[in-house]
Amino acid sequence: MQRSPKVSTIPRSANHNNSLGPIMLSHLDRLEAESIHIFREVVASVDKPVLLYSVGKDSTVMLHLARKAFYPAPPPFPMMHIDSTWEFRDMYAMRARMAEESGMELIVHSNPDALAENVNPFTHGSDVHSHMWGTQGLKQALAKYQFDAAFGGGRRDEEKARAKERVLSFRNEQQRWDPKAQRPELWHLYNIAKRKDESFRAFPLSNWTEQDIWQYIFREQIPIVPLYLAAERPVVERSGTLIVVDDDRMPLEDGETPVMKSVRFRTLGCYPLTGATPSNATTLEAVIHETLLANTSERQGRVIDRDGGASMEQKKQEGYF
Amino acid sequence: MSAVAKELSDYLANQDAKSLLRFLTCGSVDDGKSTLIGRLLYQAQALYEDQLSGLAEESRKVGTRGEDLDYALLLDGLSAEREQGITIDVAYRFFSTERRKFIVADTPGHEQYTRNMVTGASTADLAVILIDARKGLLTQTRRHSYIVSLLGIRNVVLAVNKMDLVDYAEETFQSIEADYRAFAEPLGLTHIHAIPLSAVNGDNVAEHSANTPWYTGEPLLPYLETVSPDRGAVNEAAFRFPVQWVNRPSLDFRGFAGTVVAGAVAPGDRIRVQPSGQESTVQRIVSYDGDLDRVVTGQAVTLTLADEIDISRGDVISAATAPSEVADQFEATLVWMGEKPMLPGRSYRLKLGASEAMATIKPLKHRIDVNTLQKSPARRLEMNDIGVVNLELDRRIAFEPYQANRDMGGFILIDRITNGTVGAGMLHFALRRSQNIHWQAMDIDKSAHATLKDQRPCALWFTGLSGSGKSTIANALQRRLHQRGHHTYLLDGDNVRHGLNKDLGFTDADRVENIRRVAEVSKLMVDAGLITLVSFISPFRSEREMAKSLFADGEFLEVYVDTPLAVAEERDVKGLYAKARRGELKNFTGIDSPYEAPEHPNMRIDTVELSADDAAEQLLADLEARGMLTVGD
Ligand SMILES: Nc1nc2c(ncn2[C@@H]2O[C@H](COP(=O)(O)OP(=O)(O)O)[C@@H](O)[C@H]2O)c(=O)[nH]1
Repeated sequence: MQRSPKVSTIPRSANHNNSLGPIMLSHLDRLEAESIHIFREVVASVDKPVLLYSVGKDSTVMLHLARKAFYPAPPPFPMMHIDSTWEFRDMYAMRARMAEESGMELIVHSNPDALAENVNPFTHGSDVHSHMWGTQGLKQALAKYQFDAAFGGGRRDEEKARAKERVLSFRNEQQRWDPKAQRPELWHLYNIAKRKDESFRAFPLSNWTEQDIWQYIFREQIPIVPLYLAAERPVVERSGTLIVVDDDRMPLEDGETPVMKSVRFRTLGCYPLTGATPSNATTLEAVIHETLLANTSERQGRVIDRDGGASMEQKKQEGYF
Repeated sequence: MSAVAKELSDYLANQDAKSLLRFLTCGSVDDGKSTLIGRLLYQAQALYEDQLSGLAEESRKVGTRGEDLDYALLLDGLSAEREQGITIDVAYRFFSTERRKFIVADTPGHEQYTRNMVTGASTADLAVILIDARKGLLTQTRRHSYIVSLLGIRNVVLAVNKMDLVDYAEETFQSIEADYRAFAEPLGLTHIHAIPLSAVNGDNVAEHSANTPWYTGEPLLPYLETVSPDRGAVNEAAFRFPVQWVNRPSLDFRGFAGTVVAGAVAPGDRIRVQPSGQESTVQRIVSYDGDLDRVVTGQAVTLTLADEIDISRGDVISAATAPSEVADQFEATLVWMGEKPMLPGRSYRLKLGASEAMATIKPLKHRIDVNTLQKSPARRLEMNDIGVVNLELDRRIAFEPYQANRDMGGFILIDRITNGTVGAGMLHFALRRSQNIHWQAMDIDKSAHATLKDQRPCALWFTGLSGSGKSTIANALQRRLHQRGHHTYLLDGDNVRHGLNKDLGFTDADRVENIRRVAEVSKLMVDAGLITLVSFISPFRSEREMAKSLFADGEFLEVYVDTPLAVAEERDVKGLYAKARRGELKNFTGIDSPYEAPEHPNMRIDTVELSADDAAEQLLADLEARGMLTVGD
């Protein structure tokens, strides 16, 4: 159970060298401590928490923080992947590896109704696809296992409307987000009181920005799925978005031929719905370099946000993360 | 190393050393708060190209600045939600510069201003208070400054905005600054930095403005990048570590997980666990990155101790030489956030750090008008009211005055029924009483009393509408118990109001106090070994919960005398319903004062089906089945 102290050459902030004298914690130290605090508060206050693991960089950082919070024990909750069956192959490999390394139980849930109807982005459109696999799949899984708190990797900087999100989002018996029942959050005090069948979504990364996530991945040398790094991948271009043809389920349109291009991803989701960015950044350092110079915000890569109609708010009321 | 790699590694090293500043912005509508925050985000290059092009487009369409960018639009994710009636308390924005990362708390709501500002200020190190240069100090400015000081913020940036509209006049700026200092310094806002600004033109936002050559102080952004906020010296204070979670993965590891909220600690340091007072020595500081030689304020770690002592969540590990205080009665400032008013005498769940207790407010000393700072006597606090109260807890907790440590002195109150967060408060000090009055242990205790009487004492709490039959049934039951040789007492609502509670009326606040006293009396009677029957309307769930919480498990039995209002009104034995309907009796339960029926009573009597004697028989059988009428076990 005991780990030997990690030897690293990575620059660490002031508190890790043990000099005396006034010590200012760096912003990453403060963010890390806050997230760890949130994990512990929730675990101490609910019966059956779960960590929602999407394999993306945010949930990878979240998993890392969960392991820190409960070390030397493994996190006292399972990790759960809501699997649309349309994920990149690399993500399945990473998922298996992280489950093994963390010592946590891995639960995989794929909406059986969506399976039966073979829901996919091509015939059903991205809205129906993400509703069935994502929103419905998540609801089913939470109900099935009776989880009363689910950790998610949402951040407030992701878009304007998320700026006022709570760290702990209260859900009623139907798992619905009731805007009027949300509780003010003061100091580091979270009100995690609830009745039977009510639940919470908890967002330990609320105060992190995309930059913080990358810097922290670098500082901690956290393994991430290779899709974030540039590589030659078979790509087709659809209405200005580069889509990687990750397997042969993707129907090609007339005249479309995948071409090999060096691309990477800024966010990950179902492969037919996730836009790639042309890039030559094949190392973490190079990605960070590009990200810092980036001038397109993160959600641009998500086709789902551009699919007019349902606002983020509405999706959330329905249970989307 | 290539030039790019070098640049990058320097950059990352620098990023890692960056500090974090959390600040709050306050201003009245149209002072330019959104414009200023938008300008800061823009200036700090926290915006991406797509956001910028979106901004240019929106500015042309709906902006207020003609052809220019309207920075305020960057923040408007919220208006639509406001229209949908979604409560927004605080929105958080993020930006960072070469030197610092910033988290800005912005409180957009105007109706719930006090509550929202308190929430935003609770985590802020500094406040930016906006003033429109044309208007000078307003009532709102005073309110904002008071709340900021109340929450323990000592650093204020006074942003005198719209200087372009007063021709950048030095005298205007100076007289506003002088007025403000005179008002704010006595509040404890010890570090005030005033800046003449124009948010729309960018004067003195990132750089010195040529329009204000007379201003030699720092512009806003450089100031925010370098100020070291006065956090009340928590770093240098004695060590405090609230235990959040006991980590026990195996028999040979027992660690205490938490965050250091004051001071520092190293292995070998003597500690004292509060409130129990046991002492030990820190053995290891365990972290995922290996054991540490020392931890400081703000770090989240796991400690192990040299001795096996009993520690649970909510305990505070402190420096042995300067342990935290422990008490169960306090004076505190309370900000009310609940939609229903705060009633003195009602009990709420209190959460402070990792500790929880039941708290009763008694009394409410006074209310404070946030605009004038005048104190006035009050019976209750409405939403957004601030008052000074005495708090009584059901157990002792470790604490510090809020002004010394926010994490050890800031608390929230949670409604026991709705589970909503209804109040936030700041402890001032412990009341002497609780330190000096100790619970006296008696040789002849409850079980000695009970054994002599050969019965199991309990409280049978009859609740129901006026005229539902509570007293008649309780009376019939007491007769039967008495015949069987049991020692009983019946506390009746009307009777108690003739004596002990004759100073109380029928307002919500008085009803709460009425029940509190009766609950305490019935507890004494149960302690004396009696089977105690309590017959009170007791219309509120909270108070019945409070009463229940005074007793051991299984000792308090809630008996719901279930009579529909129509039936009780039809009977109207005392003629009270008729009076209430005529408006001659105010606050009558069921008519103009609510009755909250029990959700899970221990026993329920349907008086439409049963006569009073049948009901008494049913209760007797039930008590027997529960083993209350024999000792034996
Ligand atoms: N002339 C001038 N107008 C300003 C300045 N700052 C803000 N405004 C304008 O004042 C109005 C209200 O600004 P806004 O930022 O929306 O105010 P808020 O309600 O405090 O967020 C808008 O029309 C702004 O363009 C300033 O420094 N000078």
